[in-house]
Amino acid sequence: MRTTLVGRPIDVAALTREVGAEDNGAISLFVGTVRNVNEGRAVDGIEYNAYAPMAERELAQIAEEASARFGTRHIVIEHRTGYLALGEASVVIAVGHPRRAPSLDGARWIIEELKRRVPIWKLEHYVDGTREWVAQLPTGEATADA
Amino acid sequence: MTLEVLLFASYADAAGASRVQVVVPDGATVADVVAAVRAAAPAIPLPKRPLVAVNHRYATPELAVAVGDELALIPPVAGG
Repeated sequence: MRTTLVGRPIDVAALTREVGAEDNGAISLFVGTVRNVNEGRAVDGIEYNAYAPMAERELAQIAEEASARFGTRHIVIEHRTGYLALGEASVVIAVGHPRRAPSLDGARWIIEELKRRVPIWKLEHYVDGTREWVAQLPTGEATADA
Repeated sequence: MTLEVLLFASYADAAGASRVQVVVPDGATVADVVAAVRAAAPAIPLPKRPLVAVNHRYATPELAVAVGDELALIPPVAGG
């Protein structure tokens, strides 16, 4: 298992190879990419900002939990920081497993946990020159008063 | 005791700084620190129960803090 924040493009093929093993019948990949529109506004690119030591810790913790839950050690997660252009991969999750169902379920579970827990923020750069921090849907403790 | 609280993203922009200093009594809890930050930096748009990390872990409002702890206010996260 390996998890990390990275400041350079993510090599999807390398991560796929990394979780490969002869007893695996499946490798599932989740690749999160920068989309050109968010809530009706044209996006130019996104700056990813992390509380690095805590984000690294949470990523490692999520991988450990996924390993226990889905029964594989073949898990790699890389999350990028810094400015990303449209279409670039912001996060890649690779899960190898003897069976396809836990491999797919594991990748899905990891991205949902990552979005819920890992202290990373997106500053969207819009085509009209403005910038804004992306506000996720309110979740419990983080619900704003307003 | 004087503590520093790290700020990120929208909180840092609102405060115009990446950290804020607060003075709280010895034995203070996370909730006390949050109250002190509200007073010291009212421009930060804190929700009713903001997420706080102590030493890189999410902390409950009741957790006691001490000098040397790394405290951070965590805006709603948006990774992925």
